[in-house]
Amino acid sequence: MSLRIVVCVKYVPDATGDRRFAEDTTTDRDAVDGLLSELDEYGVEQALRIAEASGDAEVTVLTVGPDDAKDALRKALSMGADKAVHVNDDDIHGTDVIGTSAILAKAIEHTGFDLVVCGMASTDGTMGVVPALLAERLGVPQVTLLSEVTVADGTVTGRRDGDAATELLQAALPAVVSVTDQSGEARYPSFKGIMAAKKKPVTALDLDDLGLDAGQVGLAGAWTAVQSVTARPARTAGTVVKDEGEGGTQLAAFLAAQKFI
Amino acid sequence: MSSKDFDLFRISEEHEMLRDAVRSLAEAKIAPFAAEVDEQARFPQEALDALLANDLHAVHVPEEYGGAGADALAMVIVIEEVARVCASSSLIPAVNKLGSLPVVLSGDEALKHRYLTPLARGEGMFSYCLSEPEAGSDAAGMKTRAVRDGDHWVLNGVKRWITNAGVSEFYTVMAVTDPDKRSKGISAFVVEKSDPGVSFGAPERKLGIKGSPTREVYFDNVRIPADRIIGAEGTGFATAMRTLDHTRITIAAQALGIAQGALDYAKGYVRERKQFGKAIAEFQGIQFMLADMAMKLEAARQLTYAAAARSQREDGDLTFFGAAAKCFASDAAMEITTDAVQLLGGYGYTRDYPLERMMRDAKITQIYEGTNQVQRIVMARNLP
Repeated sequence: MSLRIVVCVKYVPDATGDRRFAEDTTTDRDAVDGLLSELDEYGVEQALRIAEASGDAEVTVLTVGPDDAKDALRKALSMGADKAVHVNDDDIHGTDVIGTSAILAKAIEHTGFDLVVCGMASTDGTMGVVPALLAERLGVPQVTLLSEVTVADGTVTGRRDGDAATELLQAALPAVVSVTDQSGEARYPSFKGIMAAKKKPVTALDLDDLGLDAGQVGLAGAWTAVQSVTARPARTAGTVVKDEGEGGTQLAAFLAAQKFI
Repeated sequence: MSSKDFDLFRISEEHEMLRDAVRSLAEAKIAPFAAEVDEQARFPQEALDALLANDLHAVHVPEEYGGAGADALAMVIVIEEVARVCASSSLIPAVNKLGSLPVVLSGDEALKHRYLTPLARGEGMFSYCLSEPEAGSDAAGMKTRAVRDGDHWVLNGVKRWITNAGVSEFYTVMAVTDPDKRSKGISAFVVEKSDPGVSFGAPERKLGIKGSPTREVYFDNVRIPADRIIGAEGTGFATAMRTLDHTRITIAAQALGIAQGALDYAKGYVRERKQFGKAIAEFQGIQFMLADMAMKLEAARQLTYAAAARSQREDGDLTFFGAAAKCFASDAAMEITTDAVQLLGGYGYTRDYPLERMMRDAKITQIYEGTNQVQRIVMARNLP
């Protein structure tokens, strides 16, 4: 039986664009182009490498997002994933991480899995808690923040590089892992991969398909509520120190006032 | 009224995805070395490595020979995006197509397997040897001879302006096999770098595309097996010309890429550069220049893509379209890069900025694979 790998990916606003919020304080997705979260490309890459090493594996990419999120799936498919699952439902708009993890967990169970691979965090929300939430909801071990990961004989093995120590971790499958941006450069889609991507199956699911109630998710179901959003003030010119013999003293005084020294 | 699914005059989603992929790759792996490659006039090894790793070095090779089997428009997009950051590097995929297309178009099955397979695997690049010291625009006036000797051909002569000479493993060489028949007495052959009697001249000291070696190739009693002939004896010149119908579009693509790189850079610069208390992009004189540059570039792009589609379909009017695209796009690139230097003022004239390199690189696109004067002759003889 082949190894079933599910990679969770997110469609995020392009960080180089002018990102804004809509009136309901959710991300204004119409204002800026979206793309596959760069940190999730590492997840796709590791899943593909594990699949290639195993020789008998199927990689499914999964996303929860609006219509345009299909672009993120398409990119992952063009990199080499075998099929995709797109959970899309108007009632999902505004869902927080708790709700998102519930939807992802249902979709992963629906798809069937031996290994779930996530990036270390999304590049927009940057919370990095989805892997842990998923492991909890799926009732399987979590091995997170890996910079190296391999699968053999029903066991996933990984290396986590911390500030103070490097840990070697193992878990029996099924399991959830997350990989960091140090895990290995993500491949570029090849011409053949791009041409093949269009023909690969993309399964569309909504909340009904997953047996979820609209009240459990969405803006209303979120555990946190954003009251207001204020843009960071534009950078100001700053303080210019003119050196007339005692510039060093002025600099030291400035840094001391800012509590840097 | 509007229908978003109206699919004429726009390229497919796959082609756009290819552009995104090649652009990211080119910006990350090729652009950082472009200035150094030009400054030191050295081969862009980093670009070759990146193109090989991502199977973009010869995307035109059909799938049955292990290639990506990319269509002519996909090829244009690859060249465009590489040339946008480094024109020298764009000559890797461009010349691989130019050199090997005679084999694709006219070679027999065994020859295709023998030479397209290693090209696709990245084991050797392909160069194209048509021009000679005394035979440029008048290519049929070539002197290089191939004489039959039993089961072999023996080649003698000199080819000039050979792109990637010395780096490529394989060379398509046009040579006279029957001096009485002029163009109908020319045949095409595959010569390998390692064939005894093959040697190379000193690298030319050029104005631009300095990272792409251009050298003479010498054939001194080069004895090759008879099965290295491409197509039938006497068809070499026709194959050479048919090849150019297709590959002039790659030169157009290169011109588009260089011009796009210059326009993108200049567009960013004028927004940052402040004079008289405001960004110079706010002056109408500057705006008009940018508008003209973008207009010319877009017109060139549309013509080039239309020509690429004709190349893929092998339409009857390909010869006109190939020449028109090459000529128009290269003239546009020369104007656009010159204006881009102008927009940067004194900075544009220095080697601290990439514009002067782009302007120097653009110049060759008006000259090689047929000067733009020759393109006009070709167009005039093939008016639609």
